[in-house]
Amino acid sequence: MKVGIPSEISPNELRVAATPKTVKRLLKQGFDVYIQRNAGSKANYSDKEFEEAGAKLVNTAAEIYGQSDIVLKVKEPSSEEVAMMREGLVLLSYLWPAQNQDLLKQLADKKVNAIAMDAIPRISRAQKMDVLSSMANIAGYRSVIEASYFFGRFLNGQITAAGKVDPAKVLVIGAGVAGLAAIGAANSLGAIVRAFDTRKEVAEQIESMGAEFLTVEIEEDGATASGYSKEMSKEFIEAEMKLFLEQAAEVDIIITTAQIPGREAPKLIFDYHVAAMKPGSVIVDLAASTGGNCILTKNNEVYTTDNGVTIVGKLNQLPTQASQLYGNNLCHLLDDMGKGDKFKIDMNDAVISRAMVTHDGKINWPPAPLPVTAAKATTATAVVAVDPKEAEAKKSRQQSLSMLIRLVVIGGFLGIIGQFAPSDFVQHFTVFVLSVFVGWQLIWNVSHSLHTPLMALTNAISGIILVGGLIQVGSLADPLAHLPITILATIAILVASINIVGGFVVTHRMLKMFKK
Amino acid sequence: MIAEKIQIVAYLFASILFIYSLGGLSSQESAKRGVIYGIVGMLIAVLATVLGPNIKGGYIFIISAISVASVIGVILARKVEMTSMPQLVAILHSFVGLAAVLVGIGSYIEVGEIDHSDPEAGVKHIIHLVEVYLGVFIGAITFTGSIIAWGKLEGKISSKPLLYPGRHMVNLILVVVCIVLGVLFTMDDGSLGMVYLMIMTAIACFIGVMLVMAIGGADMPVVVSMLNSYSGWAASAAGFMLGNDLLIVTGALVGSSGAILSIIMCEAMNRSFFSVIFGGFGAAPAGVAKEIEGEVTALNHEEVATLLKEAKSVVIVPGYGMAVAKAQYPIYSMVQTLRSAGKKVRFAIHPVAGRLPGHMNVLLAEANVPYDIVLEMDEINDDMPDTDVVMVIGANDVVNPGAQDDPSSPIFGMPVIEAWKAEHVIVMKRSMSVGYAGVENPLFYKSNTDMLYGDAKDSVDKILTFLKDK
Repeated sequence: MKVGIPSEISPNELRVAATPKTVKRLLKQGFDVYIQRNAGSKANYSDKEFEEAGAKLVNTAAEIYGQSDIVLKVKEPSSEEVAMMREGLVLLSYLWPAQNQDLLKQLADKKVNAIAMDAIPRISRAQKMDVLSSMANIAGYRSVIEASYFFGRFLNGQITAAGKVDPAKVLVIGAGVAGLAAIGAANSLGAIVRAFDTRKEVAEQIESMGAEFLTVEIEEDGATASGYSKEMSKEFIEAEMKLFLEQAAEVDIIITTAQIPGREAPKLIFDYHVAAMKPGSVIVDLAASTGGNCILTKNNEVYTTDNGVTIVGKLNQLPTQASQLYGNNLCHLLDDMGKGDKFKIDMNDAVISRAMVTHDGKINWPPAPLPVTAAKATTATAVVAVDPKEAEAKKSRQQSLSMLIRLVVIGGFLGIIGQFAPSDFVQHFTVFVLSVFVGWQLIWNVSHSLHTPLMALTNAISGIILVGGLIQVGSLADPLAHLPITILATIAILVASINIVGGFVVTHRMLKMFKK
Repeated sequence: MIAEKIQIVAYLFASILFIYSLGGLSSQESAKRGVIYGIVGMLIAVLATVLGPNIKGGYIFIISAISVASVIGVILARKVEMTSMPQLVAILHSFVGLAAVLVGIGSYIEVGEIDHSDPEAGVKHIIHLVEVYLGVFIGAITFTGSIIAWGKLEGKISSKPLLYPGRHMVNLILVVVCIVLGVLFTMDDGSLGMVYLMIMTAIACFIGVMLVMAIGGADMPVVVSMLNSYSGWAASAAGFMLGNDLLIVTGALVGSSGAILSIIMCEAMNRSFFSVIFGGFGAAPAGVAKEIEGEVTALNHEEVATLLKEAKSVVIVPGYGMAVAKAQYPIYSMVQTLRSAGKKVRFAIHPVAGRLPGHMNVLLAEANVPYDIVLEMDEINDDMPDTDVVMVIGANDVVNPGAQDDPSSPIFGMPVIEAWKAEHVIVMKRSMSVGYAGVENPLFYKSNTDMLYGDAKDSVDKILTFLKDK
């Protein structure tokens, strides 16, 4: 199977669909790897590195599209690129099928089997090939770095000899993978971070990353069966807008990450929000490419509004690492599809059937829904109201009662023994009971790490039964006359002594090893 | 020859030394002294007995038996590998059991005529018989139970619990039969007593076998400590029949020690003592198991080495797999390499890791791992979220998150090491097979978990070479 990797032709696309590391992985999976010259240059991977990793260099994109069985790509192909593709080619790329119906048609006409990496369903099994998550993670991190750059001040609070610096306040809207990554990055730079999301179930995740969860007072949960959020009711949106207005006046940086798959990004920040912000504030809009969450965002542009707010609609993609992660996602998908020798398109597979947007000349979009969500089914627990004081009193009464019963039983038992047993038995019994108590107190103090030596030691000591054998054999004036006893006792001495000697030696050996 | 009073005082002194000996184990520093106390106590006990007023002869038997046994004991103890310590302890327990049986039978044969001048003689006789009977019973169970435990630990007998329907009933009937035989035995006029005693011994041996056969491999630490306890009670019973306080005291110390260890082990597994003793654990999962989501991802040695190089703090969770592969030495050289690179490396030990209480500590100590970086589960669980990499080496059930969040899991409620809270988890395992508890482990399917298949020792060796070439 030949896997081909063309150069990305869009000037804004810096990533490449394979790196030297993923090339090695692909070779291990049993593929032959062909890569167009200079494909990795924008992501800081040289042709030499690819060649060393085992890929064969190809001069033109036409050769890649015309001769490969599988093509790995980042950005959705242009019409010219589709024109170069051969029939039956398997294409793995971003496709944005909801927005690119024309492209799907072109691909289907060419009988290209295209897998939209952005349409991989978000189920646990497919996490390792979920490019949206892996890329969103990078975008979230980067958004904070960009914001900090344009903000031009410390993010953390400092008290210095020259005076006090207040920490920056960051508002993150949308707590998906990108939002959470942004919260984490902003938090570790020392900013005060707040986050808003319509889905109640992410509150815990937001708090775990160190941000405060903001919410509106209207009871409505934005979670949907697909794991993304849905659009909300009018009342909710009004309350939300009011909240954003309050926050806009207070915070220094707003990072928006709200996206709805297959649709334009929801508008969340309007001109009056921007107008309320302090001069020098920054908005980073991660949804810029799908229309922006802020109404003033310009895609692929960074500019400052009249009231001094910088709106960032363009992000550096960190192409070196992004390519690596994207490439890994692709490798995992190919792994799932049977690797080089058993490669197969299985339309019964839940992941493949949903991501395969064109197959055998037919468009396969939109896919069947696949519900999944992180929230667990809530279980109702019946709570019986009990006055804690009363419960405690009851417990204490129960305890004293059971203690009383125990003492009566023990007393009765001892009474019986005292009544019927001969006096020397009572004596031995006293010794026995006291020893049990001593042992009980003693052993609880033994350090956990010394339990094995303890066992070996008690084992050696329990060889004391040797004394029994000694008494038996020794008390006979003529051992040979009572042969059975002699034999039994001698064997008893023998095994008990093995136990004693072996036990002590091995305990000593073990303890010698414990060193600080 | 020493007077009887001196002998009693000597016994008392020996008892005190034994108590000091066990008390010494409360810390590593005083532990070695503890062993010395024990040895001195034992010497005093033996000398006081042999030189006592009751000993009239038989020195030749005593001396030859003790000297032969000493040689065997020293050889056994020297030769044993630290990894097979559980087996050694188990087989030594069986010796105590055997000795108790023999002493009991001998004591029965020795019973003289009833002294009719003593008004309490009748009762005394009966009590003595009961003591003999009980001593032999406990001794026999300890004897065969320990042999089976040894066989299971050594791998000579399948570690799977042997279960058959109605086994509780069968065991119960056998115990009842023993009690009936016991009544007959004490009422006996001397003609059939030996027969009853022998039949009971055989039944007790059988009970010992069946008890331990029914217990699964994961519960071995409990079984071994339970047998430890039994061997103590057997010694105590022998003390009663011989009227010897030293035996009673020592036996009681050992008996309660073993019982506490069993309780500690059971608490560590969140299981009731009885459910362990009656066995059958892990054979039938209760209810429908929660479906496990996610997929298993595997790494190679080089990738693991890279992860370790990048980590700031590393926690290693060893389990029985480490003992089997004898990986403690390469693990410690890996730890040394990581520590010299300025990383914080610690060990997290679950109370029931291994086949013996404290098994892992002994193995790590053998490899010279300083004990201050070896922490218990409770000490380290809070640090897990701040840990970059957790390496799980040959452990399974003790890191199973199902114990906390899956009520249908058979080990639900058992305290576990929360490895999954760390940034990254590497599980070193020979295959995807289940642990001794026979439970699937959702940890392996988590997205921050990667598997590294292969023998623990080989794997660690390979990682070490990658770590060393920078």
